[in-house]
Amino acid sequence: MSAHRITGDTLHVFRGERHVLRGLSFAATSGEYLEVSGANGAGKTSLLRTIVGLVHAESGSVEWNGRSIHADPRAFHAQLAWLGHESPLKGDLSAVENLRYAIGIRRPVDAAAIGRALDEVDASRFAERPVRTLSAGQRRRVALAGVLLAAAPLWVLDEPATHLDAAGHALVGHLVESRIKTGGIVIAAVHAALPVDEAHTRRLGLSTK
Amino acid sequence: MDWTWFHRFGSPPHLYRLAGTLVPWFAWPAAILLAAGLYGGLVLAPPDYQQGDGFRIIYVHAPSAWLSLMAYSTMAVAAALGLIWRMKVAHAVAASCAPIGAWFTVAALVTGMLWGKPMWGTYWAWDPRLTAELVLLFLYLGYMGLRAAIEDPQRADRASAVLAIVGVVNVPIVHYSVEWWNSIHQAPSVMKFGKPSISWPMLSPLLIMFVGFTLLFAALVLVRVRGEILRRERQSRWVAEVVAQ
Amino acid sequence: MRLAFRNRAQLLHPLLFFGIVTTLFPLALSPEASRLRDVAPGVLWVAALLSSLLAIEFLFRDDAQDGTLEQYALSGQSLTWLLFAKTVSHWLLAGLPLALMSPVAAYGLGVPVGAVPGIVASVALGTVALSLLGAVTAGLTIGIRRGGALLSLLTLPLAVPLLIFGAQATARAIAGTGIAGPMYFLAAFTVLGITLAPLAAAAAVRISLE
Repeated sequence: MSAHRITGDTLHVFRGERHVLRGLSFAATSGEYLEVSGANGAGKTSLLRTIVGLVHAESGSVEWNGRSIHADPRAFHAQLAWLGHESPLKGDLSAVENLRYAIGIRRPVDAAAIGRALDEVDASRFAERPVRTLSAGQRRRVALAGVLLAAAPLWVLDEPATHLDAAGHALVGHLVESRIKTGGIVIAAVHAALPVDEAHTRRLGLSTK
Repeated sequence: MDWTWFHRFGSPPHLYRLAGTLVPWFAWPAAILLAAGLYGGLVLAPPDYQQGDGFRIIYVHAPSAWLSLMAYSTMAVAAALGLIWRMKVAHAVAASCAPIGAWFTVAALVTGMLWGKPMWGTYWAWDPRLTAELVLLFLYLGYMGLRAAIEDPQRADRASAVLAIVGVVNVPIVHYSVEWWNSIHQAPSVMKFGKPSISWPMLSPLLIMFVGFTLLFAALVLVRVRGEILRRERQSRWVAEVVAQ
Repeated sequence: MRLAFRNRAQLLHPLLFFGIVTTLFPLALSPEASRLRDVAPGVLWVAALLSSLLAIEFLFRDDAQDGTLEQYALSGQSLTWLLFAKTVSHWLLAGLPLALMSPVAAYGLGVPVGAVPGIVASVALGTVALSLLGAVTAGLTIGIRRGGALLSLLTLPLAVPLLIFGAQATARAIAGTGIAGPMYFLAAFTVLGITLAPLAAAAAVRISLE
C-alpha cells in the first residue's frame, strides 16, 4: 500500500466577514491520526470543511499527495470519507437501505459487507428499522458504518463521537486506530480526546482570538 | 507586517483609485452628449409625418432599453469573471451594475408607456418589447433579491453570479418568445422606428443619445463600484487611510 | 439511483394544488363551455407552473438538512450527473403525474377529447424543462429563510418562454391545428436545459454548501 500525505499550507479562511483561520498549516501522513481540538467557534468545522474542499480558502492550499485538492476534486473525493455534524441518513429508509444507497453511489457493495460493517459498530440489532425511529446515538453508529464501508484511505470526521455513550466513544477510538494501523490517515475534530495510541497521534489546537 | 493583507487587497484599492480618476472622463462627455442629443432630438429634429411630436420620446426610450440589456450583459460577464477566476472585484462590478440596470429598465418601461398612451390610447398594451423589458425587470429584481436574502457575502456573490449567467442565456430566448407570441396574437404592433428612410436630422440625435447613455452608464457604474469596494473592504487598512483623508 | 421509497404525502400536495387551481377558474369566471375553452391553455399552464414550483422546493430541502447533499458533493462521482438523475426522478414523481392529470383538468375546462394527447405531451415536455430550470434555482436558494417566495421570483421570469410556447401548443391542440411548431421549441429548450441545467445546478449546490 502506498503512503499518502495530506498537508495544509498557510490557510486563511473567512466565513462571511470573520477571519476564522489565520495562516494555519498542518501535515499528516499514512498511519497518523490528527486530532483537532478547540472551543466552539474556534474554526474546527471550517478547517475540516476546507480540507475536504467544501470551503475554498482565501489563500493557502490543501494538498493531497503533493497535488492541490482542487486540481482533480473527484479523484481526491474518491479517496475520502467525510462525516459531518449530522448523520447523513434518510429517515424513511432503514440503516441497511441507507448504506446500500449511499455507498452504492461510490462503489458497488454487497449485503455481506454492509452486514459486517454494521456488526463492527454494534448496530446490527436495529439495522432493519426506519432510521427515524432510532436514537441519535444509534444513527451516529450507522453513519460510522458508512465511513467504514467507504474504504477510503483518508477519513475526515467532524465530532464523530457526538451522541455516543462511553462505549461508543471507545468504539470510535478503536475504529480510528484500526484505520491508521492499516496505513490510513484520520483527521478528526473532537471535544474530548479519543483513545488512540499516542505514538501515532498529532494534535492541533485552534483558539478563538 | 502581515503580508497576506497586502496580497489580498492589492487589486481593490487599485480599482478604487482607477475608477476615481476615470469617472470625470466618462461623466463630462456623457453630460455634453446627452445635452446635445436632447436638444437635437427635442428641438431640432423635424416632426415625424406619422406620429407628430410624440415620437420624440424615443430619444430617451430606445437608449434606456438598450442600456438595460447592456447592463445585464455586463453584469453577467463580470459575474462570470468573479465566479470562474475568483476575482473579487468582478463581483463588486456585477453588484454595481444591477441597480443601475434596473433603473434603466424602469426608465424604458415608463417612457414606453408614455409613448404608448397617445399611440394606443392606453398605457399598457402588451407590446412585445415592453413585455420583454418587464420580464427583464423581474430578472433584475430576482438578482437583487437573491443577493439581499443571503447573509454570507461570498455566497451571495457566487450564487447571484450563477443566476446572472443563467439569466443572460435566457434573455435572448425571452425576447424571441415574446416576439413570437406577439406575432401570433396580433397585439398592438411594435414601436419600430428603424425605417430605412429615416432622415439624418432625426437619426443623429438618436445616435448621440445612445453614446451619451452608454457613457452615463459607465460613469454610474464606476461611481457605484467605488462605493461597493469601500463597503466590502471596510475592515482593511487602506480603507481606513482613505477615510481619514 | 431512484429514491423509490419516498412514500410521503408531499407528493400529493402539488397534484392537489393543480386540481384546486383548475377548479377555481371556472368558479371565478363562468361555466360557459366556450369561454372556458378559450382560457383553458392559459389556466392549465399557469396552474402547472405554480404546482411545479411547489414541488421544486422539496428537491433539495431534505437532503440539505440531513447532510446527504454534502455526501453527494464529496462522493467522488460527478455531481452534475447525480443532480441530473435526481432531477429526472423528481420529474417522474412530480411533473409526469401532473401531465397525466392534465386531461382531467382539461375536461373540466371544456376541452375536446381529441386535444388531450397534445395537451399531455406539451405539459409533459414543459414540466421536464421546468424541473431542470427549477433544479438550478432551488440549488441557489438552499437553506434561505422563506426561500419559497424567492424561488418563485427567480424561476418564473426564466420560465416565461416555456409558458408562452407551452400554452400555444395547448391552444393549438384544442383548435386542432398542428402542435409541431411550439413543441419543437419546447424540445429545444429542454435539450438546452439537459445540457446546461445540471451543470449550473451543481455549481449552485456547491456554492450553497460553502
